[in-house]
Amino acid sequence: MQNFLIFAILILGFIITFQIARASEFVSVIRGEEKTRKQTNKINAALLLVFLIVGMFGVYWTQHTLGDKILKLGTSASDHGILVDRMIKYTLIATGIVFVGTQTLLFWYSFKYQESDKRTVYYFPHNNKLELLWTVVPAIVLTILIGFGIVYWYRITGAAPANAMQIEVTGSQFKWEFRYPGKDGVFGKKYYKNIDEANDNPLGQIWEDAANHDDIYESGQIHLVVGKPVKLIIGAKDVIHSVGLPHFRLKMDAVPGTPTTLWFTPIKTTKDMIKETGNGKFVYEIACDQMCGAGHTGMRGEIIVETQEEFDQWMASQKPKYVQMKEAAAAPAAPAAAAKDSVAAPAPATADSITAAGAAKKDSTAK
Amino acid sequence: MNKQPQTVSNRAHFVEVYPHNSITMSPIAHTQPEAAEGGSYTHPGNIPAHAKEHFITRYIFSQDHKMISKQFLVTGMIWAMIGGLFSVLFRLQLGFPDERFPVLEILFGHWAAGGMIKPEFYYALTTMHGTVLIFFVLTAGLSGTFANLLIPLQVGARDMASPFMNMLSYWFFFAASVVMLCSLFIQTGPAAGGWTVYPPLSALGSASIGSKAGMDYWIAAMILFVISSLLGGLNYISTILNMRTRGMHMARLPLTIWGLLFTAVLGVLSFPVLLSALVLLLFDRHLGTSFYLSDIYIGGEALSSEGGSALLFQHLFWFLGHPEVYIIILPSMGIVSEVISVNARKPIFGYTAMIASLMAICVLSFLVWAHHMFTTGLNPFVGSVFVLFTLLIAVPSAIKVFNWLTTLWRGSIRFTPAMLFSIGFVSLFISGGLTGIFLGNATIDIHLHDTMFVIAHFHIVMGVSAFFGMFSGIYHWFPKMYGRFMNNTLGFIHFWITLTGAYLIFWPMHYEGFAGMPRRYLDKSSWVSFGQFHRLDAMITVVTIIVFSVQLLFLFNYFYSIYKGRRVRTVNPWRANTLEWTTAIRPGHGNWEDEIPEVYRWPYDYSKDGRDHIPQTEPVTAPENLNDP
Repeated sequence: MQNFLIFAILILGFIITFQIARASEFVSVIRGEEKTRKQTNKINAALLLVFLIVGMFGVYWTQHTLGDKILKLGTSASDHGILVDRMIKYTLIATGIVFVGTQTLLFWYSFKYQESDKRTVYYFPHNNKLELLWTVVPAIVLTILIGFGIVYWYRITGAAPANAMQIEVTGSQFKWEFRYPGKDGVFGKKYYKNIDEANDNPLGQIWEDAANHDDIYESGQIHLVVGKPVKLIIGAKDVIHSVGLPHFRLKMDAVPGTPTTLWFTPIKTTKDMIKETGNGKFVYEIACDQMCGAGHTGMRGEIIVETQEEFDQWMASQKPKYVQMKEAAAAPAAPAAAAKDSVAAPAPATADSITAAGAAKKDSTAK
Repeated sequence: MNKQPQTVSNRAHFVEVYPHNSITMSPIAHTQPEAAEGGSYTHPGNIPAHAKEHFITRYIFSQDHKMISKQFLVTGMIWAMIGGLFSVLFRLQLGFPDERFPVLEILFGHWAAGGMIKPEFYYALTTMHGTVLIFFVLTAGLSGTFANLLIPLQVGARDMASPFMNMLSYWFFFAASVVMLCSLFIQTGPAAGGWTVYPPLSALGSASIGSKAGMDYWIAAMILFVISSLLGGLNYISTILNMRTRGMHMARLPLTIWGLLFTAVLGVLSFPVLLSALVLLLFDRHLGTSFYLSDIYIGGEALSSEGGSALLFQHLFWFLGHPEVYIIILPSMGIVSEVISVNARKPIFGYTAMIASLMAICVLSFLVWAHHMFTTGLNPFVGSVFVLFTLLIAVPSAIKVFNWLTTLWRGSIRFTPAMLFSIGFVSLFISGGLTGIFLGNATIDIHLHDTMFVIAHFHIVMGVSAFFGMFSGIYHWFPKMYGRFMNNTLGFIHFWITLTGAYLIFWPMHYEGFAGMPRRYLDKSSWVSFGQFHRLDAMITVVTIIVFSVQLLFLFNYFYSIYKGRRVRTVNPWRANTLEWTTAIRPGHGNWEDEIPEVYRWPYDYSKDGRDHIPQTEPVTAPENLNDP
């Protein structure tokens, strides 16, 4: 019923608008088309001016109402984010001036130079000085923006410092998984054909590689240390995802088969951010930014930034995947327990051949 | 410069075909109204003069560029309605994620079970919205319509270089439309991987339900579409280069033609790359190749593909994809330049600079594609090169804007609906162009990439503003198409609501982007960072529905005016200089009843030497400054 009513109102609205439009055409014939045209010309010119004024007020009002719902410039939670915010600020200043200037000229000229019998139109086909002016000035402004942009870009994408903490990030439909290299600081080798979720090997780690034995696996959440650079080594299992870190102002795609990296230094702990935003529930979120299938919207990860002590405490409570797996295999008196004791067993028969050939070739995360 | 009045046919070719073309026509003397209704002149080598055209040859398999242009336009309108309706549907989900709309279940069955749009359906809707509007409406519908209508009429040709190829171009587009339409009705639904169809998502049926049969339909439709676009583009280029009437040298072409020429060049050079990308994708899908696939574990199974590169597709895709946005915007720029000049009664300012900037945009547009890929792990040096070229393209864009502004300055502006839409175009182009300076800068893009900021940016600069150019062109040349005017009052209502609505919809989206909200999220309730905009999203949805209904008003105006609109009573209702207004009110096939007029001057002699306008066909009798570059 309600739908029907809405539909009926819409139709009615159409009919009324249409009848008004038709009537106005008849009226214009009766009153003289030229006279009507001149009148509507004035109305439209005035409306353009009104649009400019209301529009500019609207720009202000949008800023007024939405301004505190965005990530404020200068409040970035990473060192690289400060550069991004600064670049946005410079660009905002340059484009803001051009925006107000050109829009004002456009609507003001439209209003001011509306058709009038009194005005003789100025025949002005070209002027090379003017053309030169608005070629050179934008070019200079853009060169400045390009200069800052490229310098910052190199700083953001440059090599990570040697002391950076390394974390491997793997996206898959529709979750984030993470790996810390453990005490040895080296990621063990992995191969995608070794991925075996049933046997607790979600990343395809090659257990023969001893470097894997202390690697810490995490799902959904990572911990970072404030003030300590972190380098993410990013990959994906199935389709392209993207590690979006809005509060750090950064983002990097996770591409299956092509590892990417991203490094930054978090400068505010989660607790700092809770205080700063006044939001008790605040948490750094990892948003998947590359459309990855039906569950894209829910592909959420969390980052906890904490002090070194808190981090060490947390890290101490983590068990490497390898240890977990061995314990799981040993604890229940399963018939296969003895067999599973051997490292190579979870990936039967072919494991050797794959690791031999594959690991050498497809070792994507080895340092 | 030939100053002698014309007595001989300018091309022997036409003398043979039009033996009775020997009457000397004073170029502006074609004032017999309606004389050529249903014209008897036909294209050389086609149907003999005076032969009666059948319904089929006239309206369906027509080789008349004017009819083909209408076919493109009407097909484009149907697609625009479908694509627009899709956006209304997914905006319902975005604006009211918790609301149930039982009507959706009635219409879409299990895709909207319980009146809630399922994620798979949501992504199918966004994907088809993008594909349809970018390719079928703003490429085929826009260039197809105006290149066909205006090129022969404005360069002074009887038809396209190859009318048959032109007809094929439409029918390939039609075939593409049919295939794409069919994909909406198959069991697994249409393609749902985004209009950019990045593999592996689009390559693997197990990754998304839309990547099953729907993706094959999508690829098939796009291959047909590329063929259509190439046939059309080659024809437009050859017509413009070879079939200009006497005196119409390149520097006397209206800017519409320049815009369409560069559009066609871009299309011819870039669409084949998309074609090859899609063929490789098809191989990956069905023939077991690994062009784009590597190291994939999906659905509990490791695929054997190794060594492919998912980024290869992105490079190939954006090599078309970026020129594509200029394919969309350049015809609108041409139309707007022409309409502003005519209605400001002033020559377009900086004609040569306008052409040079079009050319600069055309060249640069091939050197900026990787700015869509700053966050894919691109080599930082390559990234910086693309930052450079991307921001440089703002220079020719700025030149164009300032030239339009100067054209308005000290003019005498008539606000026809076409003129209003052109002014709206410039406003939107400024707004959207400036946000491009944010996204073109890799340093900012690494934050704003794939957020709602991008949605706001490209909808304003390429979506809505290209539509404004298209509306402007339709209102302006409707009298040429049908011999009647569209209703002005409806046009004004259409303009004001659309302009206001466009800003209301897209301006606040920048803020969502500044909050880091990713695009293609259908429900933000599980997120701490993005939940604060639900009222804004609801407002945007309501405005979207209003703006969409106003487009229905436009369609109604269009079709009503074809039959009932105010009749055009003078040959040149806008008092314009270009050649199309020297034909009869409703030109027949062949365009000019008599000889093709000769051109003596550029098309922008408005308000010169105290005269309101001087048509291109008016010979130069006394010494005057001709503005020939």
